[in-house]
Amino acid sequence: MQENAALRNEREFPHGKAGQGVGARLPRKEDDRLMRGRGQYVGDVRLAGLQDVAFVRSPLAHARIHGIHVPECHRGSVFTAADLVGIKPIRAVSGLPGFKISEQPVLATGKVRQVGELVAMCLAPTRAEAEDIASSVTLDLEELPAVYDMLKAREPGSALVHEHWGDNVFLETNYEVDISAALDAPIKVTREISTARQCMSPLEGRGVVATFDRRLDQLTLHSAAQMPHITRSGLAECLGMEEGQIRVISPDVGGGFGHKGILLPEEVCLSWLTMRCGHPVRWLEDRREHLVASSNCREHHYKITVYADRDGGLRGIDCEATVDSGAYSSYPFSACLEAAQVASILPGPYKMPAYRCRTFSVATNKCPILPYRGVARTGVCFALELMLDLVAAEAGLEPGEVRLRNLVRPEQMPFDNITRKHFDSGDYPEAMRRALAAIDIDAIRARQKQGETDGRRIGVGVSIYCEQAAHGTSVYSGWGIPMVPGHEQASARLTPDGGLELRVGVHSHGQGMETTLAQVAHEILGVDVANIRIVLGDTAMTPYSTGTWGSRSMVMAGGAVATACRELGERARRIGAKLLQHDPASVVLQNGEVRGVNGSVSLKAIAHTWYRRPQDLPPDVDPGGLEVTQGYKPLRDSGTFSYAAHAAIVAVDPDIGEVEILDYVIVEDGGVLVNPLVVDGQIYGGLAQGIGTVLYEEMPFDASGQPLATTLADYLLPGPTEVPAARLDHMETPSPYTQFGVKGIGEGGAIAPPAAIANAVNDALRPLGVELMQSPITPHRIVAAVLAARAAERSAA
Amino acid sequence: MKPAPFAYERPRDLNAALSMLAASNGSAKIIAGGQSLGPMLNLRLVQPELIVDISGLAELKRAEVSGSELVLGALVTHADIEDGRTADVTRGAMRGVAANIAYRAVRNRGTIGGSLSHADPAADWISALAALGARVTLRSLAGARTLAIEAFIVGALESALRAGEIVEAVHVPARSASGHWGYAKSCRKTGEFAHALGAVLIDPAAASARVVIGAIDTAPIVVTDAAALFGGRITADYKQRFDAGAANALLAKAGIGDAAQRHIHVSVLKRAVQEASA
Repeated sequence: MQENAALRNEREFPHGKAGQGVGARLPRKEDDRLMRGRGQYVGDVRLAGLQDVAFVRSPLAHARIHGIHVPECHRGSVFTAADLVGIKPIRAVSGLPGFKISEQPVLATGKVRQVGELVAMCLAPTRAEAEDIASSVTLDLEELPAVYDMLKAREPGSALVHEHWGDNVFLETNYEVDISAALDAPIKVTREISTARQCMSPLEGRGVVATFDRRLDQLTLHSAAQMPHITRSGLAECLGMEEGQIRVISPDVGGGFGHKGILLPEEVCLSWLTMRCGHPVRWLEDRREHLVASSNCREHHYKITVYADRDGGLRGIDCEATVDSGAYSSYPFSACLEAAQVASILPGPYKMPAYRCRTFSVATNKCPILPYRGVARTGVCFALELMLDLVAAEAGLEPGEVRLRNLVRPEQMPFDNITRKHFDSGDYPEAMRRALAAIDIDAIRARQKQGETDGRRIGVGVSIYCEQAAHGTSVYSGWGIPMVPGHEQASARLTPDGGLELRVGVHSHGQGMETTLAQVAHEILGVDVANIRIVLGDTAMTPYSTGTWGSRSMVMAGGAVATACRELGERARRIGAKLLQHDPASVVLQNGEVRGVNGSVSLKAIAHTWYRRPQDLPPDVDPGGLEVTQGYKPLRDSGTFSYAAHAAIVAVDPDIGEVEILDYVIVEDGGVLVNPLVVDGQIYGGLAQGIGTVLYEEMPFDASGQPLATTLADYLLPGPTEVPAARLDHMETPSPYTQFGVKGIGEGGAIAPPAAIANAVNDALRPLGVELMQSPITPHRIVAAVLAARAAERSAA
Repeated sequence: MKPAPFAYERPRDLNAALSMLAASNGSAKIIAGGQSLGPMLNLRLVQPELIVDISGLAELKRAEVSGSELVLGALVTHADIEDGRTADVTRGAMRGVAANIAYRAVRNRGTIGGSLSHADPAADWISALAALGARVTLRSLAGARTLAIEAFIVGALESALRAGEIVEAVHVPARSASGHWGYAKSCRKTGEFAHALGAVLIDPAAASARVVIGAIDTAPIVVTDAAALFGGRITADYKQRFDAGAANALLAKAGIGDAAQRHIHVSVLKRAVQEASA
């Protein structure tokens, strides 16, 4: 028998809220399956007659295709664009003025525009045999100059990724609020700052198993996807099929982070292939495909000037941001979401009277860029927080002081910042003060004066950010991309034996939604979470949803579950009143039963009555019964704003370039937390990814557009020994606009660490005249900067 | 990432293995622990016609002290050494090196002979064993020959192994009571290949020093008489006498043009010298 989850919660987590509802540190239900290796991923799907696909991919970044030669013996097992008659290319258009459209053929036609682009599809009983066939196919390619550097790509005369555009810019945007007001500021700091191109690296890669059901006249696509309903819409567009003819099933998913938020050309290809061949087909992304062929993220460049007064007060920011969007616009987020977002989110939680930002989304011969956990926020936080440390140095102030001087204050909430972002609630200065106290900034300054006996240098760094989450219709309608989130729906159904089934269109790929949504339902209905089942990841079984992205699922699906459960509870209450022979106005639903003055009746008995003894129902019973679908939007859909202050202490060896993180503090405010244990997990995971961004991860390209980190020996991901045991502190400022006051927190952990750690490294090395403005901060970059500073000092002397 | 087709044999004794290698005319690859060859096969970087799995050869698993040297069969794993299952004549030096090779999972399967044969410049044994003055025995059907490690490693992923030849054993001389051992490496993260590596065996009583700078783009720099790195002679105060400029010049001569890279190598070597003197 399973132990009562509430008892276990209270025993293991005595500091969480008691019970199983909102606020309880409940261990995750799904871990019983996932942690025992019993999860069912796309790679675990077994279908009779299944065959494997391997793709012939472009070895060149930019080339004209003159021929694809298939050996005679493999004709019939190899398919090219010429075979895919009637299949449309992937088009992700943005409605922003000036956006240039790219068409991504699912198999290359005419040109290849990135290494790894799909050229031909090879089918065989096993993947190894399919790879043998793929290696026998030869390509006749005429190499073209590669567009590999986004800044050079903007210059006239550059080679062109899409010739008919006339340049390489997907989109340019301009935003200004009276920058002239800042120009006379006494402090003016200008720098170039950049973040490396990264790969998102979920444990499970992408994967597709496609099959066609003739009885249902339905294509079924099993895909490791965050947004199955959006995948279905995109597939229908490319395949020219009705949406009802397509079912997308996304089973257990081993991490998404945005990588699984797009329509893949592979998904379109395999859908076509199974209909052509009449048997199930499979493609599983391998790690090399993930690294070089699929999608990248994060490559930003900033030319930024910050204006400030002598007391550290911000006067304005002037920025030109460029993002390397890769060769194609991805469905549905488009190629410009990342760069254009920079303009609106760069000022973050700071007050300033003047602002200007110009952005460029640049096409290059690299794989498409996708929004990765934190999306553009990690880059803008890195850029702005590094600049604020320079302002602090100019003003002779502690970095923390400069933040406290400029952060929006709690009494100003709700607050509209200079880009009209609407901050719903929060006390940002308090988070920063707590972080500074926890890291003990005074003790570090004293220690720095003494120096270290081992030759290393100690530094401390802070950063703070805001994370807009669950932003809805009013925000996304302006982007004009293929997807605009509206009301989020949930279905709630009591089963005849009193269990509860919840169906939601969002997905869970590490977020613990099977637990947290059950907690929300428990909060409303009192049903034991052990008796609540969550159905997700299947277009045939769940209400439409744009899916899981943008830290929206707890706010949106949680709100929808609460709304549906309230309606379900109301219907149950009315049936309960009849069974108790009470006036409905005199009974209440509490702890899983309907209570009146003379007794109570359980939800289980009420469910039994509806399904098995309808003769006992009241004559005016709601014929909808005990199954409810309801939609939900927050009171305002401009998004919740969670935030956190991060503080890091590092030790840097200036001669070898090694960085050790000695201490790490996070003070986080995500509003009301449905499950603080799950939130802690989110933060730790995000921190690991942030450490990857700042110290390890980089996908370099050579001048011919070749990606150079083709295995995990070259593309370094942080492991357990690289991630410190961070100290977490929670604040709780409820959102005024959402159910229970929850806010989205899924991405925040990954946003602030690069800035905090880079600031700490720079704090350690500043006395040597060293400044690092580029991620990742590698040993080589540190030592090169130290040597350059020493040489500069010698030549000055 | 699946290998191209290959034939597979698992011989029962060394002679059978050598016969298979001889018959293959260079189209065979030997697999032992498979920690490097496995990924290379999957990436199709190597596409041998035949894989000869030598993991069943009992004669290559022996480890014994013979006279003043330790003879380790090629199939001794890093974990065997780390855990002390093999004898030691280096007063813990080899155990310390073994314990920091990659990850435990790699050490469980990876072998000392495989590591040497693969000749990855960033690997530990090719540098550590060169500093310790070890030799390697190579065997083919034609007979056996013995080379110093520094003669065996010719370049990046390049050894003196001829077609039909196999690493049979490693001979490690005993470290003298007055021999100071220092070993340092810098890795981007735990378990990753080193990007700088220094190994030193310094004996002030004998006024001798062997110094190795590894994890460069080619074979490690092995200085068998390293007095020049310590101002011309090896004395008890060698730590203070370490000449970073001379080490830097060695690296420049080896073709390492990047000053920051050279600086990291020299700093790591300095750390090894400090460890030896501690």
